[in-house]
Amino acid sequence: MSKFLSLIVPSIGGAALVLGGAYGFASRDYGQAKIDNLTIRIAQTEAHVASAIERARMAEAEAKKADTERELLKLALADAASMRNDLATLAPVHEMSLGLGRPAHVDEIAAWDVDVLPDGRGLPPGRGDVWTGEEVFVEQCASCHGDFAEGVGNWPVLAGGLDTLADKDPVKTVGSYWPHLSTAWDYINRSMPFGAAGTLTADETYAIVAYILYSNDLVGDDFVLSDENFAEFEMYNANGFVIDDRSELEYSAWRGDPCMSNCKDMVEITMRATFLDVTPEGGGVSVMNHAAASDAPVFGVSASEDVVGGENAELFAAGERAFRQCSSCHAVGEGARNSTGPALNGIVNASIGAVDGFRYSGIFQDAAAAGDVWDQERLTAFLGDPKGAMPGTKMAFRGMRDQEDIDALIAYLATFEVE
Amino acid sequence: MGEFAKTSRRAFLRGTAAIAAGSFAGKAAAEGTPDPLITELQDWASYTGAGVDETPYGLPIRFEADVVRRNVEWLTASPISSINFTPIHALDGTITPQGCAFERHHSGAIELSKEDYRLMINGLVDRPLVFTYADLERFPRENHVYFCECAANTGMEWAGAQLNGAQFTHGMIHNMEYTGIPLRMLLNEAGLDTAGDLSDKWVYVEGADASSNGRSIPMEKALDDVLVAFKANGEALRMEHGYPVRLVVPGWEGNMWVKWLRRIEVTDMAVESREETSKYTDVYKDGIARKWTWVMDAKSVITSPSPQMPITHGQGPLVISGLAWSGHGQITRVDVSKDGGISWETARLGKQGDAKALTRFYLDTDWDGSPMLLQSRAIDETGYVQPTKDQLREKRGENAVYHNNCIQTWFVSEQGVAENVEVS
Repeated sequence: MSKFLSLIVPSIGGAALVLGGAYGFASRDYGQAKIDNLTIRIAQTEAHVASAIERARMAEAEAKKADTERELLKLALADAASMRNDLATLAPVHEMSLGLGRPAHVDEIAAWDVDVLPDGRGLPPGRGDVWTGEEVFVEQCASCHGDFAEGVGNWPVLAGGLDTLADKDPVKTVGSYWPHLSTAWDYINRSMPFGAAGTLTADETYAIVAYILYSNDLVGDDFVLSDENFAEFEMYNANGFVIDDRSELEYSAWRGDPCMSNCKDMVEITMRATFLDVTPEGGGVSVMNHAAASDAPVFGVSASEDVVGGENAELFAAGERAFRQCSSCHAVGEGARNSTGPALNGIVNASIGAVDGFRYSGIFQDAAAAGDVWDQERLTAFLGDPKGAMPGTKMAFRGMRDQEDIDALIAYLATFEVE
Repeated sequence: MGEFAKTSRRAFLRGTAAIAAGSFAGKAAAEGTPDPLITELQDWASYTGAGVDETPYGLPIRFEADVVRRNVEWLTASPISSINFTPIHALDGTITPQGCAFERHHSGAIELSKEDYRLMINGLVDRPLVFTYADLERFPRENHVYFCECAANTGMEWAGAQLNGAQFTHGMIHNMEYTGIPLRMLLNEAGLDTAGDLSDKWVYVEGADASSNGRSIPMEKALDDVLVAFKANGEALRMEHGYPVRLVVPGWEGNMWVKWLRRIEVTDMAVESREETSKYTDVYKDGIARKWTWVMDAKSVITSPSPQMPITHGQGPLVISGLAWSGHGQITRVDVSKDGGISWETARLGKQGDAKALTRFYLDTDWDGSPMLLQSRAIDETGYVQPTKDQLREKRGENAVYHNNCIQTWFVSEQGVAENVEVS
C-alpha cells in the first residue's frame, strides 16, 4: 500500500466530489451512464499510466499513485453501482485538512503518550531491584495477586506455569506466556494498581517488574532492571506466538456447499450444560447441573430499590460516588460479600476487625481485642490516611484528600445495615 | 409458498386443540365460555393512564423487567473488571437497545463529560492535534450498523456445554447503528506524510479510563472502515458504551472498540499491549499461541427456542428464530437443523443483512411435539460455512478461550424445555 491519503489530494478529491453530485440525480439510467463514464475513466487512467511511464520515465512512485487511483475509481464505481437508486453516499473526501482541532502541546503529548514499545522505546530512565520490588509488590499488589504473585481468588496469577501451555489447562502467567517484557512494564505503569492506576513511580515499576521476573525464576535475587538493560531481556515464551493463520488452516477447508440431508447416520447427546441458571433473587447465579431436563429453569429479576429521599439524597449520591474509590476491593449493599477487602454492610459503629469470615491483619485483630469501634472519628482518620491510622494494614488505598468526600462516604456507608 | 400456507393452516387448527389444556384462551374456545378480559370492563379501558411527562426518558414497561443484562459472577474476580451478557434470547429484529447491550469494562465504566473530553492524535503524523468534542461534530459523518462481539463470546463452551441460555453462551454481542467520523478523516487532518510508507504502520488507540485499554490496529484497517463514533441508535453513547466517544472497528473483536477514546498514535510497530499479548491471543493444542486474530468469523445461534425461551404453546406453528453475523461481510444464508445436523433447511432472512452486522433469521415451522436438537449454521459472502465444535477442536484444541464460533445445539424436549447440549 502506498501513501493512500496523499493521493486523495488532487485527482481523486475531484472525482469523489463529482460522484457525490451524481448521486443527487441518481436514477437507474443515470447510474448506468455514470458507470459507463467511470468505466471510460478507468480506461483513460490506465492509458495515462502507460503513457506516463513511457513519456517521462516518471518516478515509480508516480505510477503507484496512478494505480491506486484506478483502484479508488473502481471502488467508487462499485459504490455507485450499489447506490444508484439511492441518494445515500459516504462522507466526502477532502483535498485539504479542514483546519479543525489545535496543535497538541509537547507537555500534553508527554503526559498521555507513555506507552512502551517491545524494543523498549518509550521507557523513562530508572531502575529497580528485586528486593525493593518485593516491598513495593507486597504493599501495592499482593492484596489481589498474592505475596508471591500466585494470585488471590479469581485475580490473575502472575508467576509459575512454565511449560504448561500445551497442557489441558495452561497456566498463562507473565513468566510462562507473555512474549514481551515491555508489556508488563507498560501495563503496570499505566493501569496498575487496580483502583489507583498511574500512581507508581518509574523506579517502583522497574522494581515490581524485576520482582515478577524473580517470582517466575527467570532472574536471580540480585537482578536489577533498568532502562539500560531492558531491551536485552528475552522472555521465556518470546517465540511462542505466530500470526493469525486461520485463512490457511481453516477458511479454505470450510468453504463450499454444505451437506443438506443424510449428513450423519445418527446423533446422540454427548454432554449437557454443566451450569443451570437458577437465577435471580438478586442477580445471575449458576448451580451445577444435576437436574433432569424436565425441570425448566425460572427467570426473573428482583427489583432492588434503595430508597433514599429528600435532603439526604445529595449526600448519599456524593457518598456513592466516593465509594467508587473503594469498590475495586469492597462490596456493600444487597448480597455484598468479602472479596479483597471485607464487605462493608453495617460497618459504621461496628466493632473494628469483626466482619464475619474476613482474615484481618494484626493491627485489626489488636483493635478487635481492645473492643474498638468504627465511629465517625476512627473512620475519618482511617479513610484520610489508612497507613497512618492503622499501621500495617494490608489495604493498599492511599487515602482520601477531601474531607467532604470522607463525610459523604461515611453517611453513605451508614445507610447499609448488616443483612 | 401455497403449500406452506396450507400446512400452517392445518397446523393452526390442530395446535389450538393441543394447547387447550394449558391456557384459558384455549379452554374458553373449547368450552364456549366467553373470555372475561373481553366481556368485562377492564381498568385500563375505563381509567386514564400515565401522563406524557411521567417518565421524561422512558424505560421498558415493568412486565419486561427480566429482559436485562446479566453477569456470571464466578467468571471474573470483580464486577469492575468483568463482562455481562445481552438478553439476546428475548430480543427480535437486529438492533440492540443500548440499555441492555452487554458491557465489558477493565476498570469500570467512567463518567466523562463532553466538556472534559479531549482526543489526541500523535506519533508519526505531520501535525499532532487535540480535538474537543465540539471539533468532532464538525467533521463529515456517516451512519453504519455493525455488530460488536467480544472475542470471548462462547469461550466458556470450548471444553463442553457449560452455560444454559443463549444469553450466557452468545450474549457478548450487540448490534447498533453508529454515527461517527471515518478514522481516516482524522488521520488525514493530522497528516500522514511523516509516516512514509503506510503498509507497515500501525495506529495505536487508547481509552481514557483507569485501565487505559489500548490496542494496535494495522494502518490498512484504520484507513478502511474504522469509525470514531459518538452516537449509537440515534442517541448519545451510554456511559457503559464509552460516552462520549468510542471506536468502532467493524467485524473485529470487541476489545479493539476502545471506549472513552482519548488517544490515537501512529506507530511503526504494534505496541503489543497487555490486551493483545497476554489476553485476546489464542493458545492452540500444541501450546503455540495465535496473535492478531482480529476478525470474528461467521457465526449464528438460535435465540428462540432456547433454554431461557422454552416452547410454552404446545404443538403447532412454531417460529424458530436466531441471529447470524460475520466479520468478513454479509450473511448470505442460514440453515437450521432440527435433528442435530442430520438434515438442514434453509431459513428465511428477516431482511438482507448489512455487512458486518447482525442478520435475523426465521424458520416458520410446524412442531409435532417430538424432541428436537436445534442447530443453525451461517454462511457468509466469502462462502465460509460456520464450523461444528468438533471441526474447531480438531484445528485448535480446547484451550483457545477466544473465537469460538461453533455451531450451537439446543435440546428441546417433548415438554418444550430447551437445554444446552453437545451432540455426536
